Amino acid sequence: MSDIADRVKKIVVEHLGVEEDKVTESASFIDDLGADSLDTVELVMAFEEEFGIEIPDDAAENIQTVGDAVKFITEAA
Amino acid sequence: MFDLKGKSALVTGASGGIGAEIARALHAGGAVVALSGTRVEPLEALAAELGEGAHVCPANLSDPESVEALPKAALAAMGGLDILVNNAGITRDGLAMRMSDDDWQSVIDVNLTAAFRLMRGCLRPMMKARWGRMINITSIVGQTGNPGQVNYAAAKAGLVGASKSLAQEVASRGVTVNCVAPGFIATAMTDKLNDEQKAGLLSGIPAGRMGAPEEIAAAVRYLASPEAGYVTGAVLHVNGGMAMI
Repeated sequence: MSDIADRVKKIVVEHLGVEEDKVTESASFIDDLGADSLDTVELVMAFEEEFGIEIPDDAAENIQTVGDAVKFITEAA
Repeated sequence: MFDLKGKSALVTGASGGIGAEIARALHAGGAVVALSGTRVEPLEALAAELGEGAHVCPANLSDPESVEALPKAALAAMGGLDILVNNAGITRDGLAMRMSDDDWQSVIDVNLTAAFRLMRGCLRPMMKARWGRMINITSIVGQTGNPGQVNYAAAKAGLVGASKSLAQEVASRGVTVNCVAPGFIATAMTDKLNDEQKAGLLSGIPAGRMGAPEEIAAAVRYLASPEAGYVTGAVLHVNGGMAMI
């Protein structure tokens, strides 16, 4: 896993309190990891802070899985 | 009880009678306070009176940029932002038939829109901390209506709806959102009423007197406290019984 993927995973594990092995690339925050809509907003905020980037609302809507997040951040960073 | 040590509170409209008293009550409870308002002089006088742990953060709530900047300035000054008191408000009274769009809009802008923007601006630090208190000062007229105040009553009623909605969004994160709704409170504004007007007002108040700013401030301090953690989406009426709703 890339450095970005590791950092994303760490944030997801900490924030959602889920087992590390459940945080796979295809895992959906809401369907697989038990996040609610507020959790997804908080995750996006946490990604913004961790990586010093800004994630616009329309992009944030498309970030549904761990892989989506890694892809967006990799392109933005 | 109602100890606020270690908490940081932003109070808007702190240059006014009720706002200043709220700031005093929170500060007396141990909170660091950021005093906001448009007029710098009374804010600095209040900060000097309170001494340590009081910061002046002027803002013009009719200017969106100034509103956006305020939570950041307060956070920078205090090093935290745990309590927001949206107390600032303006009136542009007039009968609806003659009320201009401008009088309508300016009251909505300051009393409702700015309050929303400030709540939004405070959400991030509060949600991260998993602790926050938002207290919006509404008014009895938001629920009862008042001739000559369609704009003011609409803004205050709007604030109640906004508070209840936000309360539901963030309750799981330890952030509460409540309203305090004052009735007739003795301030510089009510001092201008003549005896006849005062007697008319008092006849509708079971307590037989006007409220004091300290009585609003005490309600705010309670809602800001750790003890009020299970109270959210509530409207606490402080009105001497003039409307029991």
